[in-house]
Amino acid sequence: MTTQPLLSVKDIRKTYGDRIGCSDVSFDLYPGEVMGIVGESGSGKSTLLNCMAGHLPPDSGQVLFDTRDRGMVDTLTMSEPERRMLSRTDWAFVHQHARDGLRMGVSAGGNVGERLMAVGARNYGNIRTQAIDWLDRVEINEDRVDDKPSAFSGGMQQRLQIARNLVTGPRLVFMDEPTGGLDVSVQARLLDLLRGLVREMGLSAIIVTHDLAVVRLLADRLMVMKSGRVVEHGLTDQVLDDPQHAYTQLLVSSVLQV
Amino acid sequence: MSDYNFAYLDEQTKRMIRRAILKGIAVPGYQVPFASREMPMPYGWGTGGVQVSAACLMPEDVLKVIDQGADDTTNAVSIRKFFEKTAEVAVTEKTREATVIQTRHRIPEELLTEGQILVYQVPIPEPLRFLEPRETETRKMHALEEYGLMHVKLYEDIAKHGHIATSYAYPVKVEGRYVMDPSPIPKFDNPKMEMAAIQLFGAGREQRIYAVPPYTKVVSLDFEDHPFDPSKANHPCDLCGAEHTYLDEVIIDDDGGRMFVCSDTDYCAERQATGHRGRLSPSQDLEKAAE
Repeated sequence: MTTQPLLSVKDIRKTYGDRIGCSDVSFDLYPGEVMGIVGESGSGKSTLLNCMAGHLPPDSGQVLFDTRDRGMVDTLTMSEPERRMLSRTDWAFVHQHARDGLRMGVSAGGNVGERLMAVGARNYGNIRTQAIDWLDRVEINEDRVDDKPSAFSGGMQQRLQIARNLVTGPRLVFMDEPTGGLDVSVQARLLDLLRGLVREMGLSAIIVTHDLAVVRLLADRLMVMKSGRVVEHGLTDQVLDDPQHAYTQLLVSSVLQV
Repeated sequence: MSDYNFAYLDEQTKRMIRRAILKGIAVPGYQVPFASREMPMPYGWGTGGVQVSAACLMPEDVLKVIDQGADDTTNAVSIRKFFEKTAEVAVTEKTREATVIQTRHRIPEELLTEGQILVYQVPIPEPLRFLEPRETETRKMHALEEYGLMHVKLYEDIAKHGHIATSYAYPVKVEGRYVMDPSPIPKFDNPKMEMAAIQLFGAGREQRIYAVPPYTKVVSLDFEDHPFDPSKANHPCDLCGAEHTYLDEVIIDDDGGRMFVCSDTDYCAERQATGHRGRLSPSQDLEKAAE
């Protein structure tokens, strides 16, 4: 593992009036590493993710990203065109609800091709070939390329959203409950797929979820949040198997055993 | 003298519109917001174009108004009458003689020259609107030149129809910067937009004015492997025989009979007057008999 982190988050704080969204969050993410963030509803994990991805301006703190041309740059102070460029090339964001991340009125191929066209691809044949290739990688049949996402099942929509995000070869993927709202068998396939893609492409990822099974499978490291603060962090297996903080112990013991 | 101020609008309003026009010309293709006035006609009938025309007209101007290429349809006739009454300017149907031409959905066939102003009526000025409904977002996309989405529309066309099926309001890039909706002119007219005349676009309901100065580069968007094609119906005009003009298809009976005629009525009439004939022109004998 290289010594230079890909993403370095320093003292992120975001408040909603008197209420704390998240506070004093700092961590480094190294290339190829998958970080899981778990916590109950309202613990600030989505706020944190949105602050890091540039969707919400935090009140204070820094989000340093290792850009291709300028090295470590604070994405919160960089110019908007640069940040938007980053968010459609090196970054990807997978929403919990595929509808938020897809253009529902545009065919699957168009959805996947959008990011390519946004960075200047102007050859229809190439765009389509790449779109079909990516649909294949997320196990969507080639003959569905011209169907609209509204004709897809929930699991397929989620896989389409992943294809759309990964087509430009990003280095960092933010995922907000990627398996939320899917039934368990579909969840399992999606996790399998994600794990394969992450390993194969050497992606770094930050996954926010409340599902401990998801982080157990995907994440190398784990952060546990409660009331806007990180209460425990460490290697995933270590945190899950030997939880130190009272809240983590509660969280781990709350998982239903079948 | 009529009881109206010259060209209906008050001088302050015309001043405001002229400022928007000047800004539009300074930044080709950029949509300048302006405080559109209530005009004595419904939205969708050319309120934007009328306001721009009113701000451009001078007493010595000669006005021509066309609607889908024709000088004699309701929209054209009523707007022409409106300015005859409120501005008392001379009007004409001849493209060559006009100094200000207000148009709906066509560019005249005859080449326009320096000194002429072509005013378009625009229903929806935002080319990205049907893909991105948020105005805040589309403005940002224009500001940051994020035009990938426009190609998504063209991609969808090819995926669905095998070719770019957008045939009117075909998006263009002006002077290598702003993507612009050329108003619902047929894409056949797009190449003509690199012209000697000033082109002004007025959208009354949407409160936007934009412009293309003379000799500005206007490029129709396309893909490398699906280049822009300014197509038209593959027929000659049935009245004047022209093969290079944009044609309207007219149903002429209940048996599926149809004819193709130039949509530019002035151009077609002038060709017929100089002896050009098409498939359905009255024969010479009949004309003599009529005389």
